[in-house]
Amino acid sequence: MAIKNYILICGGTACESSRADDIYKNLIAECASQGVSDDVQIVKTGCFGFCEQGPIVKILPEDSFYVQVKPEDAKELVSEHIVKGREVTRLLYDKNKSKKHAKVEDIQFYQKQFRIVLRNCGFINPENIDEYIAREGYAALEKALFNMTPDDVIGELKTAGIRGRGGAGFPTWMKWNFTKQVENDTKYVVCNADEGDPGAYMDRSTLEGDPHSILEAMTIAGYTCGARQGYIYIRAEYPLAIKRLEIAMQQARDYGLLGEDILGSGFSFDIEIRLGAGAFVCGEETALLASIEGERGMPRPRPPFPAVKGLWGQPTVINNVETWANIPMIILKGGDWFSKIGTEDSKGTKVFALTGKIRNSGLVEVPMGTTLREIIFDIGGGIANDKEFKAVQTGGPSGGVITKADLDTPIDYGSLMGLGSMMGSGGMIVMDEDDCIVDVTKFYLGFSVDESCGKCSPCRIGGRSLYNILDKITKGEGEMEDLEQMKSIGQAMKKASLCGLGQTAPNPILSTIHYFEDEYLAHIKDKRCPAGKCKELISFNILADKCIGCTACARKCPVGAITGERRQLHRIDPELCIKCGVCLETCKFGAIYVR
Amino acid sequence: MAEIQTDCRTSTHAEPCREIDPGSVIPVVDEIITQYRSTRGALIPVLQSVQNLLGYLPKEILTHISRELSIPYSEVAGVVTFYSFFSTTPRGKHIIRVCLGTACYVRGGKEVLQALTRELKIKVGQTTDDHQFSLEIGRCFGACGLAPVVMIDEDVHQRVKPNAIGLLLAAYRDDDDQDRGGSDEKA
Ligand SMILES: Cc1cc2nc3c(=O)[nH]c(=O)nc-3n(C[C@H](O)[C@H](O)[C@H](O)COP(=O)(O)O)c2cc1C
Ligand code: SF4
Ligand code: FES
Repeated sequence: MAIKNYILICGGTACESSRADDIYKNLIAECASQGVSDDVQIVKTGCFGFCEQGPIVKILPEDSFYVQVKPEDAKELVSEHIVKGREVTRLLYDKNKSKKHAKVEDIQFYQKQFRIVLRNCGFINPENIDEYIAREGYAALEKALFNMTPDDVIGELKTAGIRGRGGAGFPTWMKWNFTKQVENDTKYVVCNADEGDPGAYMDRSTLEGDPHSILEAMTIAGYTCGARQGYIYIRAEYPLAIKRLEIAMQQARDYGLLGEDILGSGFSFDIEIRLGAGAFVCGEETALLASIEGERGMPRPRPPFPAVKGLWGQPTVINNVETWANIPMIILKGGDWFSKIGTEDSKGTKVFALTGKIRNSGLVEVPMGTTLREIIFDIGGGIANDKEFKAVQTGGPSGGVITKADLDTPIDYGSLMGLGSMMGSGGMIVMDEDDCIVDVTKFYLGFSVDESCGKCSPCRIGGRSLYNILDKITKGEGEMEDLEQMKSIGQAMKKASLCGLGQTAPNPILSTIHYFEDEYLAHIKDKRCPAGKCKELISFNILADKCIGCTACARKCPVGAITGERRQLHRIDPELCIKCGVCLETCKFGAIYVR
Repeated sequence: MAEIQTDCRTSTHAEPCREIDPGSVIPVVDEIITQYRSTRGALIPVLQSVQNLLGYLPKEILTHISRELSIPYSEVAGVVTFYSFFSTTPRGKHIIRVCLGTACYVRGGKEVLQALTRELKIKVGQTTDDHQFSLEIGRCFGACGLAPVVMIDEDVHQRVKPNAIGLLLAAYRDDDDQDRGGSDEKA
């Protein structure tokens, strides 16, 4: 019997943890018990990107987009949608639209997106190689092996103009060409899946949703540069991605697409997975290679660059997951096609993890040159809870903030640099009026200090001093000289640090002092935290006209700082209060305020 | 390749979280070492597999690994201290990891962490006296859209509220096998 409906369930990490697996199992059970198993194919796919609304279930061919689905909803989805052909309106994303369906194209979140990297995420079952192949998977590998010379491949990448997506934006064709040109028997291809930027998960979703695209691309690089062995270095925190890669590698081997004599071409290539062990600096390419070699993951001075002298001293091509995911499409559709997308300076698309105080958190892929305003307000739906937009941080702990004044800047490598930030790997953290810029900057510095490997002193000592100064400022002990001092330490670190971590760690400080000097001054001069975040500078109080004496806060306060009789005005003892904010969160009457 | 597990419940040993007798596990450690004999750069994969099995890396085992792989002990110890995943002391039955990635931080991850340190009366990196819980921090679990996020063993808990921490922990205490799977706390 022919399949009538396809049910796609998001199997990305965020949805998976909201019990997508139970939904999947219940749907299978319901289809069986309602006798429609043969009419329906149920598929667990990669991340749909619209994480805020997860878990998400999509039913084809109607293209119905169901959000925040619960395992209990399976019964109704099957009995109504599948059996009776009626959409379950209460679960549709756009319940109020007059149109009958909330089709995927109608959802604003997807309208400005353009998917190359995430082309298969949410469409195929990542654990089934046939579905990848059905969407032109491994066609690029076949084309490269049988119709292109290694120089043709490099030429295509050059025409495409693709630059690395791991942070630095180095032209990919040049890297590959360096490695290709070295005469050497042993060469390596490495995929950097260490995704260190805290608050970003583009690479994870790509690996979970479309693992074969990475294997295919790495094999193409092996053929082009003359390598027979590849490594994927992936964070141990990504168990689902690791599992799907392992399944994909096994299937590719079974199909003769990986291993000895690929597709009968005489070319052999295989891949091994190596797991990270919890060190951010291992995302830096030379540290990553040291880690694969079994050593402490400390960066090594460059040059020599890995392309010439990398893993175990051999020429090594190392690229980021997102860079790899673009490669098969470039080979298949041509460099010309790719180079027409994006801006002069930056070709193609970029995937961003849009998070923080944004209404629609999620993964978005847009052409380079899209403005921040389009991403945050059109795609992201603006700021959550109708708060005021304050800034967006790109480039993670290596980047900087972008303010309202620059929201119309088209995003590409150059323009973000110009604003004192950087593209980075794609983390995009939106902050609102309740976020204290000094506090967030301290967070980033704390991260860099924690993760510094300690090999060189500018980073080790400079980072610590910067952190200490910021800490002082957030405690109301800052002095005016501190700003200048941070700037000069920052400049010294930028110049003298050995690797990118130390060179970029001061960026959040330099950028926020530039754009938010007044907020630093409020902390330093007025001993005031305008956002009400810095504990030493705020106090919790109760509004007499709002408090009804319900005692809820007093019962929740972990240190018994709140007293008051039932139905009487309560009071917070400032001596006892540890400013944990539990009362603020507990009070239903808005009677707690922060000063 | 071995499955990644931070959770010692699934390990093959009865009480892996307490001190173990190193002598008794040497045979399984040797099995792991044999598996990686032909692997270049085997040290880290070996340490990862052994820790997955035992829950932590006792000193005697590290000396054994150093001898078997012919890598100086100082180098083995250097690697173990460099990577934050390796632990040389026994950890709790449940590993709690609070996400302090940026998205979770701006959505209140720090407050969640404070509530946990208060409730458990331990600091980050420590284990409770009853060996029930170890507290650690993580940097982004890829569920930023539903921040703040706490991972307990393999379960991801989303939109965690500081004042609901007690309830969350209660489900894990004493390990009666009730359902406590990753859940959306706002519900
Ligand atoms: C401290 C530090 C951390 C880094 N972390 C990552 C990372 O997590 N993932 C990544 O792909 N690149 C990371 N990089 C960049 C890599 O060093 C390297 O440039 C990248 O893997 C090259 O790939 P691409 O040309 O495809 O971008 C990091 C760099 C530095 C300095
Ligand atoms: S800059 Fe920092 S992380 Fe990089 S090598 Fe120096 S100490 Fe290590
Ligand atoms: S920042 Fe916490 S899950 Fe990403």
